[in-house]
Amino acid sequence: MGVRMFGASVKRKEDPAFLSGKGRYVDDIVLPNMAYAAFVRSPFGHARINGIDKSAALAVPGVLAVLAYDDLPETLKERPLPLFVQVAALSQPKMPYTLAVDEVRYVGEPVAVVVAESRYIAEDAAALVDVDYEPLPAVADCLAALAPGAPPVHAGSDNNVAARMPSKIGDVEAAFAGAPHIFKERIFQHRGGAFFMECRGAIGSYDPVLNSLLMYISSQGAHRIKRGLLDLFDLGDHQIRVVTPDVGGGFGPKGSLYVEYPAVAACSMLLGRPVKWIEDRRENFVATHQERDQYWDVEIAVDGNAKILGVRGTMTHDNGAYTPWGIVLPWISVATVPGPYVVPAFHIDMISVLTNKVPATPVRGAGRPQAVVVMERLMDRVALELGLDPAEVRRRNFIQPEQMPYKVGLIFRDGRPVTYDSGDYPACQAAALDAIGYEGFRARQEKARQEGRYIGIGIGNAVEGTGLGPYEGATVRVATNGRLVVYTGATPQGQSHKTTLAQIAADHFGVGIDDISVETSDTATISLGVGSFAARTAVNAGSSVHLAATKVAEKIKLVAADMLEVSPDDLELKDGFVHVKGVEEVRKSFREVAVKAIGMPGFSMAGGLEPGLEHTAYFTPDQSTYANGTTVTEVEVDIETGRVKILRLVLAHDCGRVINPLVVDGQIVGGVAHGVGNALYERLVYDDEGQPLSTNFGEYLLPLAADVPRVEIVHQETPSPLNPLGIKGAGEGGTIPTTASVIGAIEDALSPFGVRIAEAPISPQRIVELLGEAALGRTR
Amino acid sequence: MSQTRSIAVTVNGRTYEKTVETRRTLVDFLRVDLGLTGTHIGCEHGACGACTVRVEGEAVRSCLMLAVQANGKSIVTVEGLAQGNALNPLQQAFWEKNGLQCGFCTPGMLMTISEFLEEVPSPTEEEVREALSGNVCRCTGYQAIVDAVLQVAAQARAEKEAV
Repeated sequence: MGVRMFGASVKRKEDPAFLSGKGRYVDDIVLPNMAYAAFVRSPFGHARINGIDKSAALAVPGVLAVLAYDDLPETLKERPLPLFVQVAALSQPKMPYTLAVDEVRYVGEPVAVVVAESRYIAEDAAALVDVDYEPLPAVADCLAALAPGAPPVHAGSDNNVAARMPSKIGDVEAAFAGAPHIFKERIFQHRGGAFFMECRGAIGSYDPVLNSLLMYISSQGAHRIKRGLLDLFDLGDHQIRVVTPDVGGGFGPKGSLYVEYPAVAACSMLLGRPVKWIEDRRENFVATHQERDQYWDVEIAVDGNAKILGVRGTMTHDNGAYTPWGIVLPWISVATVPGPYVVPAFHIDMISVLTNKVPATPVRGAGRPQAVVVMERLMDRVALELGLDPAEVRRRNFIQPEQMPYKVGLIFRDGRPVTYDSGDYPACQAAALDAIGYEGFRARQEKARQEGRYIGIGIGNAVEGTGLGPYEGATVRVATNGRLVVYTGATPQGQSHKTTLAQIAADHFGVGIDDISVETSDTATISLGVGSFAARTAVNAGSSVHLAATKVAEKIKLVAADMLEVSPDDLELKDGFVHVKGVEEVRKSFREVAVKAIGMPGFSMAGGLEPGLEHTAYFTPDQSTYANGTTVTEVEVDIETGRVKILRLVLAHDCGRVINPLVVDGQIVGGVAHGVGNALYERLVYDDEGQPLSTNFGEYLLPLAADVPRVEIVHQETPSPLNPLGIKGAGEGGTIPTTASVIGAIEDALSPFGVRIAEAPISPQRIVELLGEAALGRTR
Repeated sequence: MSQTRSIAVTVNGRTYEKTVETRRTLVDFLRVDLGLTGTHIGCEHGACGACTVRVEGEAVRSCLMLAVQANGKSIVTVEGLAQGNALNPLQQAFWEKNGLQCGFCTPGMLMTISEFLEEVPSPTEEEVREALSGNVCRCTGYQAIVDAVLQVAAQARAEKEAV
């Protein structure tokens, strides 16, 4: 070997299988004697269940069982799904039972499950389950849900407030009292859903001999799902194993524990057969968690030089009907608002509100893109009102690199103060502006206007807490046949963990990435795991692989030193052997060393090293490490049709040290596309009764190849001081600053008409509407 | 509801004779009855392209076609692309350009593109993006896929000129 793997743009280990149709996703797994489940779901946003008649469904040939709440195992009737993130501010924690007890609170909530010999039969029979619903008043909008007299989302509740939380820096009243300029904005944002291409799915396989449950689940973390199932079923740790096979995209919502998983497990226990459930796309639109609406009423106070004095306001967050992630999502939103700017005083009151909709939980960016839109809209407003260049306003307010580490003054959702560890925000913006040719833009814009074309430019700056704890683990082992394997609870959904973690390990052993197996997300292989979300795997699992591989490599040398009668310091590892430096023929194979390290049956190893060539490390970061990025977008808007065309998009970003540039670029470009979707296309529409009106890809628009720009990436690399490899997370950095940048660019393009944009996404119809309002002088 | 019919379908050069329900979709036939799980189901309403296979050379959505409609026809799926154990040039280009992440949309992408490149061997970037607009990818932002397609087309042109 000799070629360093860390930092190299190596092709992915995962790909040959995926490219030849040999991936193994949950729906590809077929177990002997398997049965198939289909769910009966609420067609109402809110209703009481007065009775369920299963007889017609049970009469269908091939139907094996129909389960409603009353048919569940006792423990599932006693307990709702566990809430993993309880905090004091969450005044109404609400978690669902495996199947609805006597009330449904969103369209799509599971009421019963049918199991049959085939999926076709299960779906036929599900349509025949006759549920007697008594519709109750529903509320679909979070502001409406706060109004006096609003119907309760959960019958019997006094109100629909799930949580209130103030976030404060300094003395905001004083900051505003003497401020020369105060500008107010009301910003509405909607954030759509994940829409991974592989819908969710689970297989439950109960083994009556061992009284144990094996589950294959398309998830973002097998260990948390196992933890939930342990609570729900009251089984021993050894009696539940959760395995996550290949996953066709996650983007956040596959990280939740869903009611379908214990339901499928219960079906398998009841029937003594494996049971598979695969979500179809229509279910995906009503049952998989989404992100959601936020209303921001905010004010910014600046001095005569456009320096920020304070930001204050309220944010109302639509939580949906249950609270599986507590207040994580709106909390992240609020804590992300200050971003790369010095904000000496700050006070945002967050209200998280229950509504009759599927729960809102993190989707790629997890509340941050909204925060960036808010702050960047305010910066653009300041620039407009004070007649300054928008880039200059930002420049005057940046936290400077010499201020690092910088304490923002807020508490992040990792429980630690928001403390930016490193980064050069002015340089990042400068690099992005330079790449797009910002200097010459106003001349280009003027020339375009003379030709009747409306082009605009917009800036989005973001700082993103990544690498969130508590930890991720890795076991590194040299098996007795000499094969290297890494086990981790990290759960890839496309992020290339198998390649990047192998790259980290490979350098310790002097081998290539194909010489190392990386086995992810199987609770039988490593005892603790958290999973892959929050751009945390490279930091947490990567550091653990590094720590564990360091130990194992040291141990190989210690054992081999004894075998070769040399000093460990004289040894090095290469291509599956440990040899004396400079004398490659004096060597032992990893296999020989591994066999030596486990001892011989009956022979004493007393006084020697711990047996085995393996080590498990759980890297536990002190706090999040903060990545940053700047998106600058140039758009052209057709003022007749409202069509927005992105002409250019540059993203400068800093995710610390890069394990594999090819992989990071892929994450960034894909993330940008998601941000473009959030700016222009993606909208989940509900009527006032909580009835979803966008339940297919004709009604909900995802960005397509012809819609997204070629992303020009500028890399900056400020190593994080918070982990041994200097890594920051990269999975969400493309998404977070992009929506704000696109929205800003559209407003800039339409500046001759005085159009102001305070919402995302924005559709062509809405742009035409705003142009009309502006023409009539009705804009603010 | 369970009306059945016997069909004979050639998939990747091998002929299968099966009795299927008339309502069975082609994608379920391929995945469940033949065990060819490389073809994926993304939306079941013909919008995402994940299930694209080639029927008599034409790229079609196997979620919108019934198995009985494929009777007597010849189908190629993603499993039929590799030349022995070697990836074909398109698969190889996807690998080199990082044209996939989770891999779920990839089989459909490959099948769509393989037809497109036969029809338009020297496409512009705009033409590639247009051709890909019936296949949804949520991971890559399409850029690396576009680059892979352009690379394959360029290679094919270079090889042609060299002959």
